[in-house]
Amino acid sequence: MLRWITIVVLAVGVAGTAAWGYKEHQDKNAILIQAENTYQRAFHELTYNLDMMHDKIGTAIAMNSRERLSPQLADIWRLTSESLSNVGQLPLSLLPFNKTEEFLSDIGDFTYRTAIRDLEKDPLSDEELNTLKDLYAQAGDIKDELRQVQHTALENNLRWMDVQLALATEDEQADNTIIDGFKTVEKKIEGYAEGNVDSSISGTSSEKHKYENISGKDISEKEALVYSRDLFNVKEEKNLRITGTGDGADIPLYSVSYNDGNKNAYLDLTQKGGHPITLLVDREVKEKKISLNEGYKIAEQYIQEHDFESMELLNSSEYGNIGIYSFIYNQDGVRVFADAIEVKVALDNGDILGLTANNYFLNHHVRDIPKPKLSSEEARNYVNPNVDIQEEYLAVITNELGEEVVTYEFLGILGDDTYRIFINAMNGAEEMVEKLNGKEINYAGI
Amino acid sequence: MTLRKVILFIIICLFAIGLQETVQPKEVDAFTNQVIQRGAMGDDVIELQARLQYIGYYNGKIDGVFGWGTYWALRNFQKDYGLDIDGLAGLKTRQKLVDVSKFDGKWVHTQIAQGNDFTYYGGQPLSEQTRSKKGSSGGSKSKSAAPKGTTNTNNNTGGNNAGTTNNTADTSSERKTTAVNVPQGFSQNDIDLMANAVYGEARGEPYEGQVAVAAVILNRVESPTFPNTVAGVIFEPRAFTAVADGQIWLTPNDKAREAVLDAINGWDPTGNAIYYFNPDTATSSWIWGRPQIKRIGKHIFCK
Repeated sequence: MLRWITIVVLAVGVAGTAAWGYKEHQDKNAILIQAENTYQRAFHELTYNLDMMHDKIGTAIAMNSRERLSPQLADIWRLTSESLSNVGQLPLSLLPFNKTEEFLSDIGDFTYRTAIRDLEKDPLSDEELNTLKDLYAQAGDIKDELRQVQHTALENNLRWMDVQLALATEDEQADNTIIDGFKTVEKKIEGYAEGNVDSSISGTSSEKHKYENISGKDISEKEALVYSRDLFNVKEEKNLRITGTGDGADIPLYSVSYNDGNKNAYLDLTQKGGHPITLLVDREVKEKKISLNEGYKIAEQYIQEHDFESMELLNSSEYGNIGIYSFIYNQDGVRVFADAIEVKVALDNGDILGLTANNYFLNHHVRDIPKPKLSSEEARNYVNPNVDIQEEYLAVITNELGEEVVTYEFLGILGDDTYRIFINAMNGAEEMVEKLNGKEINYAGI
Repeated sequence: MTLRKVILFIIICLFAIGLQETVQPKEVDAFTNQVIQRGAMGDDVIELQARLQYIGYYNGKIDGVFGWGTYWALRNFQKDYGLDIDGLAGLKTRQKLVDVSKFDGKWVHTQIAQGNDFTYYGGQPLSEQTRSKKGSSGGSKSKSAAPKGTTNTNNNTGGNNAGTTNNTADTSSERKTTAVNVPQGFSQNDIDLMANAVYGEARGEPYEGQVAVAAVILNRVESPTFPNTVAGVIFEPRAFTAVADGQIWLTPNDKAREAVLDAINGWDPTGNAIYYFNPDTATSSWIWGRPQIKRIGKHIFCK
């Protein structure tokens, strides 16, 4: 009797487990298929978009009227951005595919720049037309290559899940058609990238330049340690660790870190001249005792002590019990937005918790600022008449094309919103309009 | 009920009353003597906004954050009253403001604590200037109306009642502003999402290591080879291990959030890195081939 009961119980148990396991298996499969489908959609859309892009570039070349190209170019721009978004959804991030992404983004930049230009006045130059022809050929190659991959994938029922697995296990020998196909595309584009250097396609997107404002003698690790002790406000050298940067750094730095259990601090300073680039101090900040305004005075004094001359406050914000202040450089009454410094102050006792001067050292130099051709009155005429202008400054900003321009900066109100508007002081062009937010409903508060 | 229980009960009651007394909000009807500048938040800003609204300069929400709207209102006030136009609420400006306007701190703070939609214009009955967000109008309205009647013509009765309900509302938590500062172009939700990613990826790292991970996310948003949004970068397949294994959904701590804020405000200890990896666990040979910038904590940052 007992034996039978045991047998029945076990049988039920086994059947139950089997049913449960089968259900789990089904669920897992459903999710896998879901994920696979997402990948598949991104992949097929990518090939389709590249195909479309190729066609559109071809049409643009064939169009007779160089003046009416704008819609066509805008369409190409849209397609590049969609293709990039498709690439972003594929599990490729450890597969070297950046050259292709850069290539797409360069096409996007080029077409955007030309599409927004007034082609009636300033039609495509011959050089730009040649660039377009090059792009046509290159986009054609990529399209063919990807269509080939797509064909193989469809014919052999290749799964993106397997690609992901192959990439995850990093089995270099894994014979995965999709991975190979993408690698071929990448190789091809690497070749073009060198050819495109001189043409107008690689223009402003790489606007990174060398550090302008690093002067002085090389400093030793010892000097760096002495300096950081001063900045960290600690007496002894123990608990300090110093390292240099590797060869990927834009500029050689010393990184000093400090940890004594309660306080943790970090400093980057240039090996040449010993200029502080980044300072971060981490400690518990207690209840707020000093006001944002007092914190500002501390921050201002601090940057003066560290040889940042003629900086003015652009913005201040209170986050909990911490004040963050951004300063910009003022050259003879002209605000230079690129030369910026941020300072972080603890509002419990006024300690400096952070400083970042990367932009300052990257951009700052004595500029030869030309006299504005327009008067402020004339410049105001270029501003939307509905904007109620409240404040006005002269400012140097970097515009969308990456050039530094002298502008009139107007702060004005339209409706309930405040806008910062930059009008080119030479020709009245509206260089930039920015809606100033800076605060938001406290979703967590109520 | 035994005698002991009764005594115990009474003691507990007394204790509770005592608690209520101690947690009562501090006196709020006067500015502290800080100079208030743009970007500040808190009770002084609430008073500043309410007073400016009372005399018709400020039309925005009384939310306790000194934003641009408050700034222009203050400047216009300074202009009209012959003060230095600096957009700072210093001693003189505050005094002038106190002279020409009124402020019923209790009423305003009650409105904020209850999450009501309200304004504070002078010359109108306060009870007409508030609307409860949670629907039920009549009862809660009369309760939330100003009990003291120091300002305006407010004939509502039941002030004492309102007083007691206020206390319970206020004791529930510290008084909060109904808005917060956010960096230009970011929402609290973007910050939270990034804080999730940073916490999932680098919660064991030193503070600068957390800022560094946040900075890498932002550098990727800027980079042409990555998606152009924070969400796109974070959820790119295989980009972050914390996303792949679900650790991103752990609840981040305040450190992670502060690190994200610092990164958004411009701190980048990585020197423009767009990749990082843990040398002990990285399996990809490709990632080792990237030009390395530096090591922070357990991560190596590279281009």
